[in-house]
Amino acid sequence: MRPEGKGALESLYFEYPRFAAPGRAHVLEHTQHKVAIVGAGPIGMFAALTLARFGVGSVVFDNKDTFNDGSRAICVQRSSYHALERAGALGPFLEKALGWTKGRTFYRGKQILEFEMSHSDSEKYLPMYNIQQQFIEQYLWDAVTASDLIEVRWCSEVVGFGDTDGGARLTIEDTNGRYDCDAQWVFAADGARSPVRKMRGKRLNGENFAGRYVIADVQMDHDYPTIRRALFDSESNPDKTILIHRQPDNIWRIDYQLPDGQSEEEAIREDSIRENVAKILRDIGYAGPWELEWWSIYSANTLALDDYRDGRVIFIGDSAHIVPIFGVRGLNNGLADAENAGWKLARVLNGLSDESLMDSYSPERRGATLDVFENATKSARFMTPPSKGWEVMRDAALSLSLDHDWAGDFANPRQMEPFTYSEGGAVLTADAGVTGVKLGAVLPNETLSDGVYLSDILGNGFTMLVFGDVDVAKIDDQVEVISSAMIAAKYGEAALARVQARLGTQAGGALLIRPDGYLAGAWAVCDLEQIARQMKMAFGLGETG
Amino acid sequence: MMVLNFAELETVYEDLAVALDTVSHAGREVLLCKLSLLMARELGDLAQVQAMIQTAKDHLDTKMQQD
Repeated sequence: MRPEGKGALESLYFEYPRFAAPGRAHVLEHTQHKVAIVGAGPIGMFAALTLARFGVGSVVFDNKDTFNDGSRAICVQRSSYHALERAGALGPFLEKALGWTKGRTFYRGKQILEFEMSHSDSEKYLPMYNIQQQFIEQYLWDAVTASDLIEVRWCSEVVGFGDTDGGARLTIEDTNGRYDCDAQWVFAADGARSPVRKMRGKRLNGENFAGRYVIADVQMDHDYPTIRRALFDSESNPDKTILIHRQPDNIWRIDYQLPDGQSEEEAIREDSIRENVAKILRDIGYAGPWELEWWSIYSANTLALDDYRDGRVIFIGDSAHIVPIFGVRGLNNGLADAENAGWKLARVLNGLSDESLMDSYSPERRGATLDVFENATKSARFMTPPSKGWEVMRDAALSLSLDHDWAGDFANPRQMEPFTYSEGGAVLTADAGVTGVKLGAVLPNETLSDGVYLSDILGNGFTMLVFGDVDVAKIDDQVEVISSAMIAAKYGEAALARVQARLGTQAGGALLIRPDGYLAGAWAVCDLEQIARQMKMAFGLGETG
Repeated sequence: MMVLNFAELETVYEDLAVALDTVSHAGREVLLCKLSLLMARELGDLAQVQAMIQTAKDHLDTKMQQD
């Protein structure tokens, strides 16, 4: 919602573009598509960019005529930065977003915890960046329009959905009328209230949490670094919780639990918002002028589909799962879904892998969701205790934390590292002799020379890192091979030693990295025939020559 | 493991009773939970703490609904 007198999309810092539906002749002529993506939000656009990264074209349908206004993700984590970089869309984010590493938690005005997210010089990017969702969508849109492989059809609603022999038939209604088109595969990226999910007769299962939060963005010249602040039992919201995040353009995100005695209806009235925000700003010592940009209300949910795949329909992002915001995993998980489904489907459509590769999508990404639920549920119970028992324990921990550092850890928001996928499916079984690396995890990064990182030299598809004297010409040419000798020659022995120490690999071993940066295989001894057999079975990669 | 003798335990009993009377009704629950966390941490034995939580639940009225 916006203040009275403002237009529905009248923002203090962002100009919403307006799009029109494509011409009638065009849509009637182009009706056969490899991939249809429903939803041109950040996840849908990023999925299209990931497919395009591997040369696969797509058509994206969105029923709106502009970007999202009601969804307001702000935190983009390191692994998402790498994903955006792989899709060629990161550039403008680097200019605009505010990086951060720290959070502070306060109880009754006193700081009880300062947490530092995992970070080191080996990393190319900071653990987290804050940027408004409108800019995220704008930058993705700019990348989408620069691609010849992506067509976005705005003002185009999917109103019908049927299975065909080789995929799905979609009925689209746009401003010019209705038409049918066919797609071999469909990505449903149409958000939390996914119409595709309903049309497919699927339901989200899980829990709703009781606590309601108001989420408000204000513009003010507030002098505080980019550090996540959480306030428990503050003067401005007794017994309740407040979260404060800095965003670019002097915009500040203030989330606050509904004060006692305020109904939902009352809480979202402009005068209540202004009164509550003013109290909070006084509480954090800000006395200057401020402007109200936008507000909304939400409650925490942990809801997911039982299976993220329904035949040729793949659910990505909020259509597949809704996670509580405490842990900033909504957008970030959606991007990981899109990249996971994207590289796999591209291999299938390019004839490089068997369709069975898609079977690994749902177990991997649903596993990640359930892991988020476990952590986010803990955070949600702390932020908004669901019953008396949880409330008393939370209050006990907060009260202890005033003079016991260890108790402050209960207030840690558990913003986690990317999920580690299980072996089997798209992660190979580890060689018995391998130690030090975690298969199914994101490949650790390392600096090679000033401003150049290991992640920068990986290939677009699969990459094999070979630490020893191996005839690299024998490895499938679909795989980018990087040998220890190449690293030493280009970046020096010290760089090679850093990489080996960081990855924990022994001389003679080999690592296989997936197109999404996850570690797919590790071998203590580089037996090319055995490696080729395993890769062939899992990914359909060709035999060595 | 060492346990308190009865005289020591009686002192705990009395000190706790006095402490519970110094705080508000709502504060009593929080005080007992703080004490539990402090003692559990010092005890350093998760299984034993979990067994004690079960023991403490015995012989109390159960409620049918959340309040």
